[in-house]
Amino acid sequence: MQLEKSLPSTRHSPPPGAAMPAGIRRRLAIWPARLLVLAISLFTVVPLAVVMTSSLSPDPAIWQHLLEFALPELLRNTLLMLLGVTAGVLLIGVSLAWLVAVYQFPGRRFFSWALMLPLAMPAYVLAFAQVGIFEFTGPIQTLLRPHFDNMRWFPEIRSTTGLLLVMSLAFYPYVYLLARNAFATMGRRALEVGQSLGLSPRQGFWRIALPMARPWIMGGVLLVVMESLADFGTVAVFNYDTFTTAIYKAWFALFSLDTAKQLASLLVVMVFVLLLLEQYSRGRRAYSQAGRTAPAPRLPLTGWRGWAASGIASLVLLLAFVLPLLQLGYWASRDFANQFSADFIVYAWRSVLLSLLAAVLVTLIALVLAYLVRRDGGAIVRLAARVATIGYAIPGTVLAVGVFVPVAWLDNQLIALLGLGGEVTAVFKGTLLAMLLAFMARFLAVGHSAVDAAMNRITRSHDEAARNLGVSGWALLYRVYLPLLSGGLFTAMLMVFVDVMKEMPITLMTRPFGWDTLSVRVYNMTSEGMWDQAALPAIAIVLVGLLPTILLSRQRDVA
Amino acid sequence: MSKKLVMMAVLAAMSSAALAEEITVYTARAEQLIKPILGVFEQETGIKVNVVSGGEGPLMERLKAEGSNSPADIFMTVDAGNLWQANNLGLFQPVKSAALAANVPAHLRDPGNNWFGLSVRARTIFYNKQTVKPEQLSSYEDLASPKWKGKLCLRTAKKVYNQSLVGTMIGNYGVEKTERIVKGWVDNLAAPVFPDDTKMLEAIGAGQCDVGIANTYYFGRLLKKEPNLPVGLFWANQKLDGVHVNVSGAGVTKHAKNAKGAVKLLEWLSAEKAQKLFADIDMEFPANPKVAPNPVVASWGKPKQDLINVSEAGSKQAQAVMLMDRVGYK
Repeated sequence: MQLEKSLPSTRHSPPPGAAMPAGIRRRLAIWPARLLVLAISLFTVVPLAVVMTSSLSPDPAIWQHLLEFALPELLRNTLLMLLGVTAGVLLIGVSLAWLVAVYQFPGRRFFSWALMLPLAMPAYVLAFAQVGIFEFTGPIQTLLRPHFDNMRWFPEIRSTTGLLLVMSLAFYPYVYLLARNAFATMGRRALEVGQSLGLSPRQGFWRIALPMARPWIMGGVLLVVMESLADFGTVAVFNYDTFTTAIYKAWFALFSLDTAKQLASLLVVMVFVLLLLEQYSRGRRAYSQAGRTAPAPRLPLTGWRGWAASGIASLVLLLAFVLPLLQLGYWASRDFANQFSADFIVYAWRSVLLSLLAAVLVTLIALVLAYLVRRDGGAIVRLAARVATIGYAIPGTVLAVGVFVPVAWLDNQLIALLGLGGEVTAVFKGTLLAMLLAFMARFLAVGHSAVDAAMNRITRSHDEAARNLGVSGWALLYRVYLPLLSGGLFTAMLMVFVDVMKEMPITLMTRPFGWDTLSVRVYNMTSEGMWDQAALPAIAIVLVGLLPTILLSRQRDVA
Repeated sequence: MSKKLVMMAVLAAMSSAALAEEITVYTARAEQLIKPILGVFEQETGIKVNVVSGGEGPLMERLKAEGSNSPADIFMTVDAGNLWQANNLGLFQPVKSAALAANVPAHLRDPGNNWFGLSVRARTIFYNKQTVKPEQLSSYEDLASPKWKGKLCLRTAKKVYNQSLVGTMIGNYGVEKTERIVKGWVDNLAAPVFPDDTKMLEAIGAGQCDVGIANTYYFGRLLKKEPNLPVGLFWANQKLDGVHVNVSGAGVTKHAKNAKGAVKLLEWLSAEKAQKLFADIDMEFPANPKVAPNPVVASWGKPKQDLINVSEAGSKQAQAVMLMDRVGYK
């Protein structure tokens, strides 16, 4: 087992017989790649800079108010949310991934892909549906009420516990997907070695599988942490105040964009420190596959154990997907005739087009980034790659402004330069290109987490073998890495695809005139509390986002 | 394949330059509530109206960033607080129009004629018909009295409608008294505050609480869906300063490319036909006093309105938010 052993660094001594110039050439050849990484990170750095540039003098009245009446509670709330949701997604995501990857139990193949389904459910839609089901006016309490004197014993869904449950159910698929990927590519031999050394399956999980899956699981948890930090819609349903709530409050309610930006800067710094800590703690461990072997037979869970496994998987699927979908279906049915029109096909088509393009772009860039980081390994490149992924932790509306401002600035300069003022109002504004670049700034973290983790499974000996065969540079990426990374790339594309389907603030801010998508429809309806009307596009997001998911994942899931 | 798609889409997006007259509206009002009305305008005049919807905050930032190259001719949003803020940021230009002055009463528009209220919503008291008699109700202040302990439902303080209500209360009563009232509300809450008015009205109907405060059109829309909901409407503060009203409104943007068309559209929106549409589609009160509301809305009676200029809500908004923070109204 090579779990803890640190491996030699990327740089190779020149092959015997090569003269010095080759070494110099290689050193010089690093620079275009470094510049490429920096250029990619610029697409995130510029919006971040816009968000973080505020007047340096804080507004004392507002800050004093926030410090006294808001921030202590917000920070406590935010910390509690992050801890609770992390615990929740770890518990649900990792345990389900482990069950599905290693054991055989009734319905395993079905659950293997079905447990990904909640990914397509926007978190705040899930929140609204769950609250709709379990609150005082919901169907469950309404059914029970006539049979009890009072309903005070019934747990209040609009509570901290309710929020943590709903968020865990909404976000566990990130961890599940990545962890499943890790367990599936781990190679049986590691576990077999463990078994031969007398470890029980449970010990094998704690002492071999979990440490080896670490980059995947941590990648998933980081995504969840960032998404929770940036979330506004879900916490709003529960009226739970977090750091992001304060940013919006300063901006919209206190009309102090400067204070909002100062708060957002604090958020960025906190996330950056978090990312660095994670990277540091990962250290130089290696996580490569201990040999590619044919999959060992799954361990059968017989009797009640097998049914218990199915039961747990069913419960999660029921709460995170089936029940809320039924609730949405019920709402949609109340106004279906007025809502469904041929326009829906157009909205759906745009959503798919946009999500597909963004998924391809983001995954490609994430791949380039991960490859260059691996090849270079230098501190600057690592740092730049990390910064490029911070966009995921910025509240969506704030980042939307961050990406729009520089695009509008560029347009203004171009229009002035070309003397087009008065006739033309946009060059890049409102184009798909600008939109896609904005999505890249937002979702690079999502693509990066899956690709970067998968990169860990490639050993240095892969590199060496390829080099000895004369394959290097981009050809190495294309001919050796790509096939080895296909699982990670697929996961990355899937997650970005679904995330873009659900995205609202950036879509609203950067889309071409009148370019409604499914998520824009959901936004317009929910902003007026019209859930009967929002339900149909929300269901469409789930269905359209899922069909490809199911088809593709079933194809892949022969193992 | 994807390359080709991008090219096609980019070209399609770029080639939208048209020759006919166009007006571009940035709206924070939900698209589905405003598009049908703008559609009638398009049919009548042959002028094309582009609609860009989004949140009010982001749209204002968008206008700021675009500066003189903004395609927007009109910025439209709900709540006087938002309109006041847009004006504060210098996003509007003053409009001189006899038609608008005649159609929109003075307390429903900006004193400098930078924006105009186009529809009116009252924020008033609702009650459960089975547990409360209307005689027991009187004013917003009364809802702070201990007799409503554990019986009051409210929407979140994060919604601008509540911020405007409290803002105008500060304008009418001063900070100290308002703070006492809002504190009383918080003490009387029967359930955690609700994310929207509709949910809150449903909670009153189901008996989770007896009384609450909501905008009238949510009640109108809910009645369309559930005509038998045991919820009644009570006009607040009729013996005092009148019920709190707010507007949805619009103004011509500072850098409008088609300012003339924009004024024309605003005038059209304030005139009879559009006002009637506003009243029927959204169940709001027309801003134009010559137009009668929808029969359902009319059946609620004609309340005395608080005549404090609605822009007051904007100038007091930050103060109102801080006040609500202080008393723990979340």
